[in-house]
Amino acid sequence: MVELKVEWKPRNENTVFNHPAVRTDGVDKASGFAKYSTDYTGNGSLHVRLLTARHAHAMIKTLNVRDAKRMDGVQEVYVFPFREPANGMLYEVQWEGEPIVAVAADTPAQAEAGVRAIEIAYYVLDHLVNDQYLEAATELGLTKPGRTAEEGEEGEVDKAISSAAVVHRGSYGIQAITHCCLEPHGSTCAWEGEDKLNVELSTQNVSGTGGQFAGPLGIDAANVTVHCDYIGGGFGSKFAADEWGLACAEIAKATKRPVQLHLDRPTELQIAGSRPSAFADVTVAANQDGTIVAWDSHHWGTDGIRGGTVTQVPYVIQPKLRRVRTTGLITNTGPARAWRAPNHPQACALTSTAIDDLAAALGMDPYDVFLKNLNLATGSQSKNPQEVYAEEMKVAEGLMDWKGKWKGRGQWDDNGWKRGLGMAIHTWGGRAGGGSCTIKVHQDGTVETFAGTQDLGTGTRTCIGQVVAESFGLPLSAVQVNIGSSKYPQSGASGGSTTIGGVSGPHRRAALDALGKIFDKVAAKYEVDAASLSAKDGKILNGENVVCTWQQAAGLVGPMGLEVMGEGPKDDGLTSDGVCGVQMVDLSVDTETGRVKINKYVAVQDIGTIVNHQLAKSQVLGAMIQCISYGLSEERIMDNASGRFLNANLRDYKLPRIGDIGELVVEFYEPDSQYNKGVVGLGEPPVISGGAAISNAVANAIGVRVPVLPLTPKRILDALANA
Amino acid sequence: MNPFEYAQPNTEAEAVALLAERGSTVLASGMDLMPLLRKSVVETERVVDISRVESLRGIEAVGGGVTIGVLSTLEDIACNPLLADYPSLKDVNEGIRAIQVQQNGTLGGDLCHLPNCWYFRSGYGLLGRENGKSLPEIGDNRYHAIFGNAGPAKFVSASRFAPALIAWGAKVRIAGPEPDAEKWLPLEEFYQTPKTERHGVTVLTPGQLLTHVWLPSAENKVSATYEVLEMEGLDWPLASAAATLELEAGRVRTATIVLGHVAPTPWFSLVAADVLVGQPVTPQLAQAAGEAAVSEATPLSENAYKVRLAQTSVKRALLKATNQLEGGL
Amino acid sequence: MSGSSKTPRSGPGFSRRSFLKGSGAAMAATAIVTGAEEALVADDNTVVSGPKEITLNVNGQDRKVTVEPRTSLLEVLRDQLGLTGSKDLQDIYVDGADTVMVDGKATYAGTTFALQVEGKPIRTVESLRDGRNLDPVVTGFVKHDGMQCGYCTPGFVVATRAFLDQNPSATLEEIQKGLGGNICRCGTYDGITKCALELAKGGA
Repeated sequence: MVELKVEWKPRNENTVFNHPAVRTDGVDKASGFAKYSTDYTGNGSLHVRLLTARHAHAMIKTLNVRDAKRMDGVQEVYVFPFREPANGMLYEVQWEGEPIVAVAADTPAQAEAGVRAIEIAYYVLDHLVNDQYLEAATELGLTKPGRTAEEGEEGEVDKAISSAAVVHRGSYGIQAITHCCLEPHGSTCAWEGEDKLNVELSTQNVSGTGGQFAGPLGIDAANVTVHCDYIGGGFGSKFAADEWGLACAEIAKATKRPVQLHLDRPTELQIAGSRPSAFADVTVAANQDGTIVAWDSHHWGTDGIRGGTVTQVPYVIQPKLRRVRTTGLITNTGPARAWRAPNHPQACALTSTAIDDLAAALGMDPYDVFLKNLNLATGSQSKNPQEVYAEEMKVAEGLMDWKGKWKGRGQWDDNGWKRGLGMAIHTWGGRAGGGSCTIKVHQDGTVETFAGTQDLGTGTRTCIGQVVAESFGLPLSAVQVNIGSSKYPQSGASGGSTTIGGVSGPHRRAALDALGKIFDKVAAKYEVDAASLSAKDGKILNGENVVCTWQQAAGLVGPMGLEVMGEGPKDDGLTSDGVCGVQMVDLSVDTETGRVKINKYVAVQDIGTIVNHQLAKSQVLGAMIQCISYGLSEERIMDNASGRFLNANLRDYKLPRIGDIGELVVEFYEPDSQYNKGVVGLGEPPVISGGAAISNAVANAIGVRVPVLPLTPKRILDALANA
Repeated sequence: MNPFEYAQPNTEAEAVALLAERGSTVLASGMDLMPLLRKSVVETERVVDISRVESLRGIEAVGGGVTIGVLSTLEDIACNPLLADYPSLKDVNEGIRAIQVQQNGTLGGDLCHLPNCWYFRSGYGLLGRENGKSLPEIGDNRYHAIFGNAGPAKFVSASRFAPALIAWGAKVRIAGPEPDAEKWLPLEEFYQTPKTERHGVTVLTPGQLLTHVWLPSAENKVSATYEVLEMEGLDWPLASAAATLELEAGRVRTATIVLGHVAPTPWFSLVAADVLVGQPVTPQLAQAAGEAAVSEATPLSENAYKVRLAQTSVKRALLKATNQLEGGL
Repeated sequence: MSGSSKTPRSGPGFSRRSFLKGSGAAMAATAIVTGAEEALVADDNTVVSGPKEITLNVNGQDRKVTVEPRTSLLEVLRDQLGLTGSKDLQDIYVDGADTVMVDGKATYAGTTFALQVEGKPIRTVESLRDGRNLDPVVTGFVKHDGMQCGYCTPGFVVATRAFLDQNPSATLEEIQKGLGGNICRCGTYDGITKCALELAKGGA
């Protein structure tokens, strides 16, 4: 039997893979035909509204749902576990928005009215929700000292700082943001009989969530089907069934009707995932030539009641002498969940900003300071960071005309605006996730694939189709891709930039396996050497000669068709990890209003072998826009007076709109060395360094560091007023 | 949302009769009312949908000025040639960046829009009080008032058109509560600063309906509105200023400056007007007027930056009105 | 209000009668009714309380639905008519994912009561795809990849359609101002801008 070598084709032989292509499910998405968890309406399904905690910290004193049960249209009232006071045990609410009761009714309005009929009383307790002010938290005893990590002999860091030519001390910060998925977390649950559960779940984890329902519900995991054709945003927050998912299943069981339970918008923002804040006092020292010699920092922040804070400081550039102290704040805020590139955007916002300020103190162009210190890029997950960063900086410099445009701080007046440039660098892993798949080649030549993966917007379907179509020498449209069911071969959760690597490896392996088997049959039938066959343009070729069509070859597999499995990840070179990336921003600041306008924003990104340049570009563009968002406007505003998340709605939680983005330029760094590297995931890296680059550009423009992201008009004007 | 009844009167008189009963609320497009009802910030027993009342539509030349029915949409206002001489209105239109609001949002809905204060919208009432304390005072007041905030009200007036209309000397017609009752008020007198939770943000009483806005003849006056928006998309201004100037031989004869989103009501700046009268509008004078406008500001703990924004708004409104606003600003 | 303006201003300067006379046809309706006492009380047909069966004209078809006064248009479309292309972000404020066209005007279905649109033609995103026949806006969104997760996309497509109907040769600046009422979380604005610009240049 012929065994085809497991590798990607030589770059110039690809016609579908490693090419741009529109997404195969694009028309369904754009025309409203794509079905999300929220869209399984009708069939008598019930609507659920939640009573959630209105205090950040409290004990539930009394809870009475009797009147809610009697309300018009209300079919079921579900009290979340332990919320009801019982035997003197009171439930402690630890953040605003914790779900307490779910009311299911025939219409949403009836469910809302049911919620309002619930009587609840609290013992209100003291809370802390502000996370920026370390002293206040320390006084209250609500800090969790982390460890102090020191590289170098004792005293060396201090010595290096005291003897350095230039020392910069500064404070930096980045506020917490939430995932704010546009499709709220939730599910539509329906039972078949007493013990079979079907869940339309909005999830990044199709294969891994069934058991999370089965265990608590006391049914067999085999009897749970999780289905998710489309998911309306996840960003790292949708890996679990969650207690509201179980509530949905319980209500469906009790009422014997399908039930839709999706979080309302405030609750989605309050409890369904946030990215921890981070603030730091930094000292960084350098020689006169810009070589960084030491770093000393103390950073703090909050991930909620657990009191954790971020890691990875200093980011990428790691001076040999460094001391890092961390403190976590215990706050009554909704718990953190992984947000695209956990820790990295915050660590970058605390580090690349300090390096930029150091450059200003040195009177140097920050481009040169970054370049000078690339030998310290030991914090990079790339295997050859020094070389890749240097190349990417060169590309970005060219696209931005950085050297042509750059001026010292506050020096660039442009038509009434102050204009500036900023840059930052980032890294990520992106190793392929685990998973498997099945490919079926039918006797008529049609091809189907199955994998329990999901499409977060990356274009998973399209990328799988490209891998398989390229392998078989077929057009993309010839492959039917099936994803989104827990009954398909298991595939990893989509998080940490693992999906495209995680699906492309197994599908390539399975396709090559299938192709080898087909070549064997073709070789036998047409008396050619299987090892010299190839599949191209819908034909099987022997060298240059056409042996038969794809359909004729497929016809040889017999009426049962051919079915093969693929697995991954494997160390066979199809996938890889460890990337760099550089982002540069050119923006203008209106110093009388504090408004920032993005003029041009350049991202240069390596990502190994690119499956689909158009979709990859979309992903980078999206990440850049998210950087503009948390860089300029997006933040969770916690109010210590009321303990509440004041802007937990889409009007006050300010996401950018179509006019806020400026000119965005995406360039992939993809020399042959990158093409030959293997596929790496792209979700995280481009969302990391934009915030720092924006902050640096604003500092360059107005001559003053605005310490805390996002750089709202208020923060910019306050910084100017304090300068 | 609690159940309520829904009325669709065909005439002003019917509308007024329906509104006269307690617990009735006017519905224009619904973009403000629906959120308030869903959040139970407004509770109602009857929603009165005035969209069938034809007399509330239309923009017409009347008595040397122009009347605008409250159901006129923003698009109607932007396109109507009768309003071409009131550029400060067009400036407001330009800032409302959503086709949905342009095509459905009404002038009446804007003028009666309830405050966006996050405490009010979270159910703490217009004054935002909890346990006897003013949350806007001790909490996060970054978007709150910098003028007129000595009393219990700290929110800012939400209307975007009111400053420009007031600067033009607009009057409003209020119908009801008796079937044929009507009165005209200067628009500035339509607004009030509540002292207790029993007061509203306007002088409307049950059974009264805002029906029309009347603008005096534009004559040769010039005008502009400058809004500082935090974002380029659909968003509420952080501060705004509208200016209407009568110029004579290159000098300001009369000036009306009204700020928006800085106080519980639209906010006249008489001091800024004083600076202008008798002078030619130059960048220096505009700057001075801006400074004068905020000289008596009383910012709260977190909103000193709005003083700067108000100052800038006045300056730029003046420069814009006199075609001197330069650059990309 | 900090006192009244110094600017001398005159009132409208006419009596109510002259106002009504002068204000033309629209005001005449008021005059007629205010003169007719019996019309002061709204007749029963104008007040709805509790569930009511009404007919909505959706995508060219008359559809019977049962609504309460508090029922939103979005709820009816999604739950009763199975038209789930218009999305519900579960926010009380406007976000654009629920955009439909009512009388050709881009409308947030989530802040519109079903009773408000009785008798008016309603078009949802589903009407932009008829078998293989696709509206150019749908095709353009696909071509320029103006989508990622896709959840905001249908509402954005409808807003873009309505916007281009109104501004067939829109400029970049007009596009940015017109479409600022739709929120995308994934960050797909670049593709959407390119799509709208291309259609505006080619005559949408």
